[in-house]
Amino acid sequence: MTLTKRDLVIRISNETGLVQQQVLDVVQKTLDYIAEALAKGDKVELRNFGVFEVKVRKARIGRNPNAPETDVPIPQRSVVKFKPGKEMRADVLKLAPPPPAAPPAQ
Amino acid sequence: MTKADLIEEVSRVVEMTRKDSEVIVEAIFDSIVRSLRTGDKVEIRGFGSFRTRQRQPRIGRNPKTGARVEVPSKRIPYFKPSKELKDLVNESAAAEAGAAEVAPLPAPAEETPHGI
Repeated sequence: MTLTKRDLVIRISNETGLVQQQVLDVVQKTLDYIAEALAKGDKVELRNFGVFEVKVRKARIGRNPNAPETDVPIPQRSVVKFKPGKEMRADVLKLAPPPPAAPPAQ
Repeated sequence: MTKADLIEEVSRVVEMTRKDSEVIVEAIFDSIVRSLRTGDKVEIRGFGSFRTRQRQPRIGRNPKTGARVEVPSKRIPYFKPSKELKDLVNESAAAEAGAAEVAPLPAPAEETPHGI
């Protein structure tokens, strides 16, 4: 199953008893601020969850396997890296063995 | 930026007590972790998605002694930024670098003879 923003809002609203619209507001602002901080090049550290960070990838020459004779220049770029926190890692580790890729319909 | 900063920023702009916004912000991350723990994935449009990935077992090395160490297969949380987030981060980084390093674009070249 996939949790979407909508599901997240409904779930939090049910658990906290706060109005969905208000919850949505906070959820949206939270995501916006994280994105904004990353855009400024800042690191976002969320205890027990993880760290979002911006890393610069150097420019390099890529290769099209179908046309190896032509160089494909890849310019320098910035990417978002997420490093999961200890607690999150430990929680997910407990998940083993992995659920099947396509769970059979019940 | 830390979680406290985030809560501070958020509670400034929403019409809610600081306590309530704090509860919600905490619930967001808690909820994402809980979903991953049960094997679900989390997809947040415009931001990115969280899912788990299976890592194959491998032979590691103790860098000090060079001894072989078996690293078992494991499941790790993985975040994939959305196209929007990727572009946002990349474009603002490029804009900053451009402003710092690249001087204003050279003036358009004078009429030069063609066919060189």
